[in-house]
Amino acid sequence: MSEIADKVKKIVVEHLGVDESKVTPDASFIDDLGADSLDTVELVMAFEEAFSVEIPEDAAEKITTVKDAIDYIEKQKAA
Amino acid sequence: MQSTGLTSGQRRVVVTGMGMVSPLGLGVERNWSRLVAGENGFGRISAFDASDLPAQVAGEVPAGPTESGGLTLSDWVPVKDQKKMDRFIHLGLVAATEAVEDSGWKPESEEDRCRTGVMIGAGIGGLQTIYEASVTVKEGRARRLSPFFIPSALINLVSGHVSIKYGFKGPNHSVVTACATGVHAIGDAARMIMLGDADVMVAGGAEAAVCPLGIAGFCSAKALSTHFNDTPEKASRPWDRDRDGFVMGEGSGIVVLEEYEHAKARGAKIYAEVIGYGMSGDAHHITAPAPGHEGAYRAMQNALRSAGLTTADIQYVNAHGTSTMADDLELEAVERLFGDDARKLAMSSTKSATGHLLGAAGAIEAIYSILAIRDNVAPPTLNLDNPSRESVIDRIAHTAQERKIDTILSNSFGFGGTNASVILRGV
Repeated sequence: MSEIADKVKKIVVEHLGVDESKVTPDASFIDDLGADSLDTVELVMAFEEAFSVEIPEDAAEKITTVKDAIDYIEKQKAA
Repeated sequence: MQSTGLTSGQRRVVVTGMGMVSPLGLGVERNWSRLVAGENGFGRISAFDASDLPAQVAGEVPAGPTESGGLTLSDWVPVKDQKKMDRFIHLGLVAATEAVEDSGWKPESEEDRCRTGVMIGAGIGGLQTIYEASVTVKEGRARRLSPFFIPSALINLVSGHVSIKYGFKGPNHSVVTACATGVHAIGDAARMIMLGDADVMVAGGAEAAVCPLGIAGFCSAKALSTHFNDTPEKASRPWDRDRDGFVMGEGSGIVVLEEYEHAKARGAKIYAEVIGYGMSGDAHHITAPAPGHEGAYRAMQNALRSAGLTTADIQYVNAHGTSTMADDLELEAVERLFGDDARKLAMSSTKSATGHLLGAAGAIEAIYSILAIRDNVAPPTLNLDNPSRESVIDRIAHTAQERKIDTILSNSFGFGGTNASVILRGV
């Protein structure tokens, strides 16, 4: 797993208080990891902070799973 | 027991559950035994570096293992939810959990849930949260403001969280009347039950203002004690000639109020009945009480009237008594109201042991007063070495006293000139 994926996973575990084993790539923040809409806003902020990227609102809305987050950040970092 | 006054021919309201966390620790019984033993909850401020402020002492809720009376937050609020709430909400949830569990009330039906409400207030609310958020904005990081900032700071969110935790779907309300909040919350919630809006109300106050803004703000208002930074246990000294301001305390007091027949039908234990409630406004000054504390006088008078009682019926007054110049004005008002009955009266200020919990003060003091009824013990006024004003009223200096107590009156007064008194009686 990439460094980015590791870090994303860690942030999700920390912010949502879920067990690491549940944070699979396909896990949905809301449907599988117990987040509500405010939690997802905070998660996106945490990603922005941790990776020094900007995630505009329309992009943030499309980040609903762990994999979505990893893909988006990897793309930003590669650009 | 025959119902009296306000409650005659109306729905009667009793207290069936109690919970508290204060500088004296976690839990009603621990608080009471420490209070009666003459212990106090003061120390130098540990929450932040207060060395550049004139007031450096406070009553903070002790951290530590739950079983030894300290606060271990994760035992009460899941770690992932803690950051969504300011500390005053944490403390409110701790006390509400004890109160609700103590009451044994677990509504099973949707109807019962809809008949159970929450009315928990605060004087100030999420001051530390607001402070931290302000710094974030000031640093040019407004976009980084937590989505939980607003719900963390809002005063009515203790009521919100308690309702969510227990599924209480009745009236969800919150009182904000500065240091009178706790009494107003109990009185107003009792009236909601009397008027039929609910059968059960979880009511009280929560506060956590031992933070830079809270201490500095009250320092600037010249309200806090500043001469006892090296002897914190001596700083809160209601009615004593050397008093020089109040000591900030933090915590929460919560009661479960219940319609009498409802409580009886489910075999609930009943601690006391809310038999009187009185309110008034000073219309005088934003922080100073009116001359002769005439607003306090009228609040007490209104409470007696609503209870259908006279001063001869009251054996104990839990005073607002914050350890400020206003103490003697309250004393005067009580003397004037009670007349000859003052000679038989016991009155103490438990703020001498807990400090001033602002919006939670009236609620923890109502609970202490209920325990005074239960055990026939008047809790002491600590540090009352040399009263600045003599009085025929026994102010229970230093040591708790056994007294026959079946009916009490508890006072709380707030900035803005708001006064509230509640009368409770054993059942």
